[in-house]
Amino acid sequence: MTRGRIFVPRDAGALALGAEEVERAIVASARRVGVELEIVRTGSRGLYWLEPMIEVATPQGRVAYGPLRAQDVDSLFEAGWLDGGIHPLRLGQAEEIPFLRRQQRLVFARCGVIDRLSLDDYRAHGGWRGLERAIALGPDATTEEVVRSGLRGRGGAGFPTGIKWRTAAQAKAARKYVVCNADEGDSGTFADRMIMEGDPFVLIEGMTIAGIAVGAGKGYVYVRSEYPHAIETLSRACELARRAGCLGERILGSPYSFDIEVRVGAGAYVCGEETALLDSLEGKRGMVRAKPPLPALKGLFGEPTVINNVISLASVPSILAEGADSYRDLGFGRSRGTMPIQLAGNLRYRGLFEAAFGLSLGELVDEVAGGTASGRPVRAVQVGGPLGAYFPQALFDTPFDYEAFAARDGLIGHGGVVAFDDTVDMARQARFAMEFCAVESCGKCTPCRIGSVRGVEVIDRIIRNERREENLALLRELCETMKFGSLCALGGFVPYPVISALTHFPEDFGLPVSEKATVA
Amino acid sequence: MSGRPVWDADRAAERIEALRHEPGALLPILHALNEEFGYIDEAAVPLIARALNLSRAEVHGVVSFYHDFRDAPPGAHVLKLCRAEACQSMGADALAADARSRLGIGWGETTADGRVTLEPVFCLGLCACAPAAMLDGKVIGALDRERLGGLLDRARRS
Repeated sequence: MTRGRIFVPRDAGALALGAEEVERAIVASARRVGVELEIVRTGSRGLYWLEPMIEVATPQGRVAYGPLRAQDVDSLFEAGWLDGGIHPLRLGQAEEIPFLRRQQRLVFARCGVIDRLSLDDYRAHGGWRGLERAIALGPDATTEEVVRSGLRGRGGAGFPTGIKWRTAAQAKAARKYVVCNADEGDSGTFADRMIMEGDPFVLIEGMTIAGIAVGAGKGYVYVRSEYPHAIETLSRACELARRAGCLGERILGSPYSFDIEVRVGAGAYVCGEETALLDSLEGKRGMVRAKPPLPALKGLFGEPTVINNVISLASVPSILAEGADSYRDLGFGRSRGTMPIQLAGNLRYRGLFEAAFGLSLGELVDEVAGGTASGRPVRAVQVGGPLGAYFPQALFDTPFDYEAFAARDGLIGHGGVVAFDDTVDMARQARFAMEFCAVESCGKCTPCRIGSVRGVEVIDRIIRNERREENLALLRELCETMKFGSLCALGGFVPYPVISALTHFPEDFGLPVSEKATVA
Repeated sequence: MSGRPVWDADRAAERIEALRHEPGALLPILHALNEEFGYIDEAAVPLIARALNLSRAEVHGVVSFYHDFRDAPPGAHVLKLCRAEACQSMGADALAADARSRLGIGWGETTADGRVTLEPVFCLGLCACAPAAMLDGKVIGALDRERLGGLLDRARRS
């Protein structure tokens, strides 16, 4: 009997595109032709326009085929795909696909490559080296390594991760926590989901390093309920890690103990805000807390808590393993290291693109992503989720960097890039931003709770051409109030999509096209 | 999702008891009940309040805060359609309008025959496979009118 070894993605995106049906067809076909098949279940490489993409182990290395449908499978076997045979869907080596070749994968190095739940695979691909170094360095030096790397929070705010750790480390308390914010609610983002489904041990390793650094014994991952596959994979990974001594008492034989529990959100966008998330973990309504006190001093259950995004924590193992300098050497301005950029929506080559900061928005949208999927011109690109600004083509020279986007009244947030073609109605997008805020507001502060409802009404009046000039002035004033008066980023940032739509696409609000150049 | 048990106070009490000692137990308890019965029965509120030493108002406040916790049993099938921006950019609004008119219901409603509940969701993290949906927990990407029609037909029959 001949043998074959294939790599099948179990990522939710690949499943949504039919990976399970394809796998079933492959198993049936293999049985028919008498091939003994070993199936390795991986995450996704993040090349979603090619999913389901399945790789075959050949003596010349792994050869990828995709996008596959169940009805393609028989012809793949006829073409001898298990030896890398020629077929119209043969993509060659995944690493040679331009979208992947242009990337610099640190956080996502293993994602889509290894068996996501194999501790042996994880170790063979460099896993646990960061944790081993953290154990050797001890808490203080580990924290300083993260400070020195220049890593900034990948959840959106961009606050230096190491400074949070130092604050929590210096707090005196009998009990401390590490909380991982996996409430990835921004439309256009899926990096957290991909890591949890494709390389969950890297998150476990990152959290454990954080636990050692700040002196916390317990960690919680708060995963949104919309991610059932991530919840399942991460929970199984925690069990496996615990059984192998990588979590629990005396980790890897060291004096340190740390364990992780996976908790599930319940469909509230605002719980992605760190203090609302802590309230939710405590079993309350996800209401935003006023700061100070900082969570690093008074966080979960009132104890010092480090709360970091999934990608921030997943960046830590390679920083420890390779050293802070190699990480800090990558990047642009004050944005150091790599950023997993998520190219989504109406783009031809959609997926995860991890690269050092500094590529321009135009390079990402036009070159990397190849323009729109619909083939029509790109009109607007929303960067940073529902609270991010809409950028017109005139601002495509903006480099992907926290400060450069802020200088143009935008934000990079969690790195989501959503493109719209020329059929988009920007007044409607502005209205949606306010409507979303009204639905998702926690209700604690008035500018957000009431302002968003009024915002929808005012935009409706503008669209209906009711006293348009007056209502436009009112909308601008309302946005100022929300921006400066809201307690958190929900009400505070929703003016970004609204005002950017108005500034760059005035014609959609019944105004003449702006004559002044839109470039800041 | 069909064949879900109807509200049963003893079973609810068991699920509450199993989780009540967890720190921050309320959300895990509500998830357990929502999973068991498909919704949070009003009768569950005093049971939970007593178990966690909270007021009924506090429990109600939490139940009503989160979109996941339904106040009535869903239909045999639950279809969630993503309404967020990435899916909008690929035609999600038109698909949603199509789904509503085919089913003759609005967001959060269940068809009169009890077969299908239609819920909005703001992002399934399938933004590179838009438009996205979830039917009874199964993820679906690159949805179009034809496939949506097929899904709805099957859901109404089975």
